[in-house]
Amino acid sequence: MLTVPLKILLLFAGTLFLLGLAGLLVRRNIIFMLMSIEIMLNSAGLVFIAAGRHWGQPDGQVMFIFILAVAAVEVSIGLALILQVYHHYKTLDVDAISKLRDHN
Amino acid sequence: MNIFFYIAATVAITTTILAISRRNAIHALLNLILSLLSISVVLYLLDAQFIAALEVIIYAGAIMVLFIFVTMILNIGLENKQEKKWYNPRMWFVAAFFAGILFLDLILAVKNAQIQPVAAQVIHSKQVGISMFTTYLLAVEIAAVLLMAGIIGAFHLGSQEKKVMHRFLEKK
Amino acid sequence: MTTYIGLIPAIPFLGFLILGLYGQKMHGKIAGYIGTGAVGISAFLTFMVAARYLNGLPEIKSYTVTLWQWISAGNLNVNISFSLDALSLIFIFVITFVGFLIHMYSIEFMAGDERFSKFFAYMNLFVGSMLVLVLANNMLVLYMGWEGVGLCSYLLIGFWYKEPENGYAARKAFIFTRVGDTAMILGIFLLFLNFGTLNIHQIMQQAPEKWMTGSAIATVTAALLLGGALGKSAQLPLQSWLPDAMAGPSPVSALIHAATMVTAGVYLIARTHILFALAPVVQTAVAVIGAATLLIAGFSALAQHDIKRILAYSTISQIGYMFLALGVGAWSAAVFHFMIHAFFKALLFLGAGAIILALDEEHDIFKMGGLRKKMPVIFITYLVASASLAALPLVTAGFYSKDQILWYSFSSQSGGLWLWIAGIFGAFLTALYSFRMVFITFYGEAKTEPSMKVGKLILIPLVVLAVLSVLGGLVELPQAWGNFRPFSNLLHNVLPATTIHKKEGLEVVFELISATIVLIGVYLAYLFYIKKPWLVKSYEHSRLNEFFYRGWDFDKVYDVLLVKPIVWLAEIDEKDFFNWFNTGVSKVALFGNRVLSLTQNGKLRWYLMSFAIGIALILTYMIYR
Repeated sequence: MLTVPLKILLLFAGTLFLLGLAGLLVRRNIIFMLMSIEIMLNSAGLVFIAAGRHWGQPDGQVMFIFILAVAAVEVSIGLALILQVYHHYKTLDVDAISKLRDHN
Repeated sequence: MNIFFYIAATVAITTTILAISRRNAIHALLNLILSLLSISVVLYLLDAQFIAALEVIIYAGAIMVLFIFVTMILNIGLENKQEKKWYNPRMWFVAAFFAGILFLDLILAVKNAQIQPVAAQVIHSKQVGISMFTTYLLAVEIAAVLLMAGIIGAFHLGSQEKKVMHRFLEKK
Repeated sequence: MTTYIGLIPAIPFLGFLILGLYGQKMHGKIAGYIGTGAVGISAFLTFMVAARYLNGLPEIKSYTVTLWQWISAGNLNVNISFSLDALSLIFIFVITFVGFLIHMYSIEFMAGDERFSKFFAYMNLFVGSMLVLVLANNMLVLYMGWEGVGLCSYLLIGFWYKEPENGYAARKAFIFTRVGDTAMILGIFLLFLNFGTLNIHQIMQQAPEKWMTGSAIATVTAALLLGGALGKSAQLPLQSWLPDAMAGPSPVSALIHAATMVTAGVYLIARTHILFALAPVVQTAVAVIGAATLLIAGFSALAQHDIKRILAYSTISQIGYMFLALGVGAWSAAVFHFMIHAFFKALLFLGAGAIILALDEEHDIFKMGGLRKKMPVIFITYLVASASLAALPLVTAGFYSKDQILWYSFSSQSGGLWLWIAGIFGAFLTALYSFRMVFITFYGEAKTEPSMKVGKLILIPLVVLAVLSVLGGLVELPQAWGNFRPFSNLLHNVLPATTIHKKEGLEVVFELISATIVLIGVYLAYLFYIKKPWLVKSYEHSRLNEFFYRGWDFDKVYDVLLVKPIVWLAEIDEKDFFNWFNTGVSKVALFGNRVLSLTQNGKLRWYLMSFAIGIALILTYMIYR
């Protein structure tokens, strides 16, 4: 039986989350940004599992499954978009895709 | 038991750091897969065996394979010059600054939190299944619709031959 | 019977819908045939309804059909309901029948126009609205039709909107009539306030019981309704829009600005004649306005060069006659003159349109000349119509209708010598200007060659209307000639007979006088414009004539009295505090927009960064609180 305190688990998950956030801020390549988002989603799921175990409720695991579903959809759409973007702009630089800016 | 957790957590954090800092996309993705596998070890240790299996199958298996696929299709796996240009190490200071602030916040919040010690219980996947199909039935349906939308959307966006694109993305 | 009454206005509306929705896709003249066909069906239904109505007389004097409830709020209940009686029957007959002929004419006249189908859509909308106006059983429904025809008038005057002047003329017509319409809607409010209903039949029944003759409320209401009639019928002082309205295509001038819409005021007064009878002051005003208008417009018509403007002033003048008749209580005479006027004035406009078409948009009669031999059919029909307008004795329909008005203006209870003198002088002017127009246009030496021959679709309506302009008068003979008066007898089902207080034997004398004066007028026209043109040379170039040419400078007066002060006030208003406040709001909003749109630079990482900053700030605040 694992006896690691919940606080440690939360810190672990939070660290992963912040690493994902840092990756998101640092990278300019869209694929890396999408990967960072995956990391963040996963760490959120980890918190759910830990909390569900702490309270003895199944809801945490149910939430993880939902997060999994959302992540799967997000990745499939995101990757399809990346393919299209690459097709159009011949680049994966996120700064190049700024057509939605306000012309002023 | 706890030692396994600490080992797995260390591996996870290390590989995640490597994943977000590699210039080569394939290397980064392989690191990320390692990270996900070690997280699944943590999940196993947290008595969520079913979820751990899902983590391996769906995250590390399906999603990451998708990533690798796309990376290979676009042929950006190997070292390329653009990445060097885009990957500005100075950005690390900024990112580290905000992430550090948030990390401090996190430590403080966790330290001050009042958590009652409740005896950790094992939750069987049977309970999870019952809960999903009774309490969360509606959410399951919505997730199903979402997946459906994802399939159709990916199909629509992914078809290139017909050049069906969103009209605003069309080049003038 | 009742179904047909509802269908009569519905079919032109259907035509409008079809043409408005699908007209753009129709090739060739299909749109024209659809538009003409819709009005033709209405005309056919009108004949059927008329036959049944005459059969049902004298037991049933009016038919009412309620289609659906339009408004129900509090004690305001308005139904879309139509009622058919002798008065509206005559009006719908003229609208559908003359309208049908004019539509037919337009197929050829408008051929090749890039907005061919739009034209017919608007024309059908107009016919439908006009039918709603005259069939309405309710003041509000009547007002709906009233505004509908105003809208169509606006659209059709400005039909060739690419010329800025046409758009200006359209706006002028719309604004002038709007002045009258505002008065009219106020009158309708007063009616509702006093009677609690807008049903015309009920109002007319209750009015004599509730209101004393000559009481203030009756006078005010009648005066407000008169305001609406003056605007729509281009009477003094709201007459100056009609000559400018000639900017529209000729069929439009024939249908809207001669035959039907401008006589809506006559219809309104005839329909609410009980209210006018309760307000003798207003009724006298109607007669005086009519007399003054017919003189003023007559002088102006004598001074014009543009063939359509002559006809426009002539229309104003002839409607002045109708108002004169209404003012002296000769209701049926006014309606009679309306019908005959619709025939010959529509014919004149159509003939003028054909001439203008054949001469490549030449409007100036002094540049025409000698057209008698080159377009014989048009010449003969035009001559017939002009004779009818001038009221040549015995042979023309105009003689019978105008003479009746002249006789009543002297002999009826509220008539008088001065009104008669104005009328007879107007008749002299009418003869003079109508034959001036004929002689200058068709006689003399040719100055412009016709570039094309007009086709059958244009000639058939001309001939039909010419026949009606001659024979139309036979439905009503002067009283002194025996008692053959089917027209008045029909109308007396709705309108009261005229009370005469002079000796009846005098009628023949008056007829002789007016016939002589008309003949003198024609002879003088012959003398002045064919035989000895130098006689009037000095008058033609005199200042007085130019004053008449400008329509007695009414536009200038309005400009000085109304437009200039309002523009001046608006210019002051533009700089006041409230305006400063308003522009201030917009300036602040614009500034905010400029600042905030800097943040929307399309860079995803910039958004992410601001996102992260926001999270860091909020979380830090919440934790260190």
